Amino acid sequence: MSTPTITASVTIAGETIPRVELRPVAVDLLRSLWEEYGPLMFHQSGGCCDGSSPMLFMAGEFITSDQDVRLGQFDLAPTGGPAQPLDFWMSIEQFNYWSHTFLTVAVVPGRGSGFSAEAPRGVRFLIRSELMTTITPFAGPAAIPA
Amino acid sequence: MTVYAVPGTPGSKVTFKSRYENWIGGEWVAPVKGQYFENITPVTGKPFAEVARGTAKDIELALDAAHKVAPAWGKTSPAERAAVLNKIADIIDANTEMLAVAETWDNGKAIRETLNADIPLAADHFRYFASAIRAQDGDHAQLDGDTVSYQFHEPLGVVGQIIPWNFPILMAVWKLAPALAAGNAIVLKPAEQTPVSILVLLELIGDILPPGVVNVVNGFGLEAGKPLASSNRIRKIAFTGETTTGRLILQYASANIIPSTVELGGKSPNIFFSDVAQEKDAFYDKAQEGFVLFALNQGEICTAPSRALLQKSIYDSFLGDAVTRAGKIIQGNPLDTDTQMGAQASNDQLEKILAYIDIGTKEGAKLALGGERVDLGGDLTDGYYVQPTIFEGHNKMRLFQEEIFGPVLAVTSFTDYDDAISIANDTIYGLGAGVWSRNGNVAYRAGRDIQAGRVWVNNYHSYPAGAAFGGYKSSGIGRENNKLALGHYQQTKNLLVSYSENKLGFF
Repeated sequence: MSTPTITASVTIAGETIPRVELRPVAVDLLRSLWEEYGPLMFHQSGGCCDGSSPMLFMAGEFITSDQDVRLGQFDLAPTGGPAQPLDFWMSIEQFNYWSHTFLTVAVVPGRGSGFSAEAPRGVRFLIRSELMTTITPFAGPAAIPA
Repeated sequence: MTVYAVPGTPGSKVTFKSRYENWIGGEWVAPVKGQYFENITPVTGKPFAEVARGTAKDIELALDAAHKVAPAWGKTSPAERAAVLNKIADIIDANTEMLAVAETWDNGKAIRETLNADIPLAADHFRYFASAIRAQDGDHAQLDGDTVSYQFHEPLGVVGQIIPWNFPILMAVWKLAPALAAGNAIVLKPAEQTPVSILVLLELIGDILPPGVVNVVNGFGLEAGKPLASSNRIRKIAFTGETTTGRLILQYASANIIPSTVELGGKSPNIFFSDVAQEKDAFYDKAQEGFVLFALNQGEICTAPSRALLQKSIYDSFLGDAVTRAGKIIQGNPLDTDTQMGAQASNDQLEKILAYIDIGTKEGAKLALGGERVDLGGDLTDGYYVQPTIFEGHNKMRLFQEEIFGPVLAVTSFTDYDDAISIANDTIYGLGAGVWSRNGNVAYRAGRDIQAGRVWVNNYHSYPAGAAFGGYKSSGIGRENNKLALGHYQQTKNLLVSYSENKLGFF
């Protein structure tokens, strides 16, 4: 059976529409990295060099705080398997400028990575974005508990 | 016009080794796990050397070497260390072309930049810190008639440095020079996209430094960068990169209670007040060039003027002239001295830039120039080339808020001074900015009102040693490029001395 696209659950209070999804190629890569490293997390980076890309860490390696928002949670588990939850985080200050876009995690060949876990494989996670059709269903940053 | 020969071909200024090991304790050391990764040149998209894939074990070896020499190196006189730095500068100057070709091949940037900026600036930087450390005095204060407080600068000991790929040699030198001048031993990890040029430099200068004073371990961030940044055997970690990794490094530093300086990028506004177009003279020409500087180094500069803010009254005419000018940028073989814009540094960087061009279009920004990948044909057909690209839009668009790190400019208009400052400061970053005006009062006030560590007034993209460089807001912590950086690599020792024979009388 071919790998599906996986859409994140809604994790922002007051919202009803998902914000992030994984392309099948990202799902395959993440499942493989999970086997190597165990539980994982994403934090979307901003800025210089390797920035503006999602960074993949061992779950808990990057300490999130009240200054971060959890955009969604993926379950990487194949149907019927034990849950493999993977959170997708972003800083709130960055979310203030990103909140109107739906994010798709893709994979491209490449080298740049900061401390992201996929780099030794010669590939890089990459964000592709779509405008969300309406802002009104979304709570937006104001509703995120500080 | 000169076209430099491809490395390793007849007449080339540089021939790379087929494989590079780590530089530890003054010699080449194979990685403990025996693994290597391919290094690709963005010029052609093809691999040209293998590089050590270092891990925690290699970092430990480098730390061993650094700790072995640090006490003796830290006790050398400033004059001795300055002599070493000056010698390094002389060797860089004597090998400018060779280092420039190596840097262009590793990074993809146009050779005219490496010849005229990266490499000469690197040499000058060593000379600046050679002078700075000799000129640095301690402090003393006479607290009362018999009590004197002396303050001495002492090296931290062993420090870690993680280097970005956009100016592989120059950014390494920005960190190496103050750390060495201050008397520290260093373990440095280059970016995995550009691991080789710094090793070519080490081949030239390695024997000038006592073994172990500078150690270079290559590898991936997770495998080599993290063991370095999180080690309890370093007394400071310096990093240039992006916000998430910057935060992670600050977390590691907090666990060890050590200082960290981080430079984390920007989204720098370049503001053009209407009086720049008052006459079509040399200053107008300079301002137009200042606009087009978004394309310098393919836009891969943390301070790239990636947001142009034009006053409404000159918006159409100024932008029209500038787009015409940007459209004449010569893209081609990065080893050709006529080439003005080379290759982006990696495939994923190219893909990221194209993804931003895509979201820019979806958000409704108006494409004024470029917007496509470029196929230069022949051997360059698989290289990572993008057209200089200009979008018009508004400051809430993601194009205006995110550092693309490519030749993509976002242009918008402002009505008056307050509007200009408000748009300029509406960003999470605060690294660089540009202000262009014939009115010195306006330019001064704007320079002070913009929340950024470096504001260029009536110029842009100049990086002379001596001018402090660093960020406000989410652009980071610390200053480089100035004697202030010495303080980031020094402890303060206070010696509080009583010259009195008399007791306190308390007990």
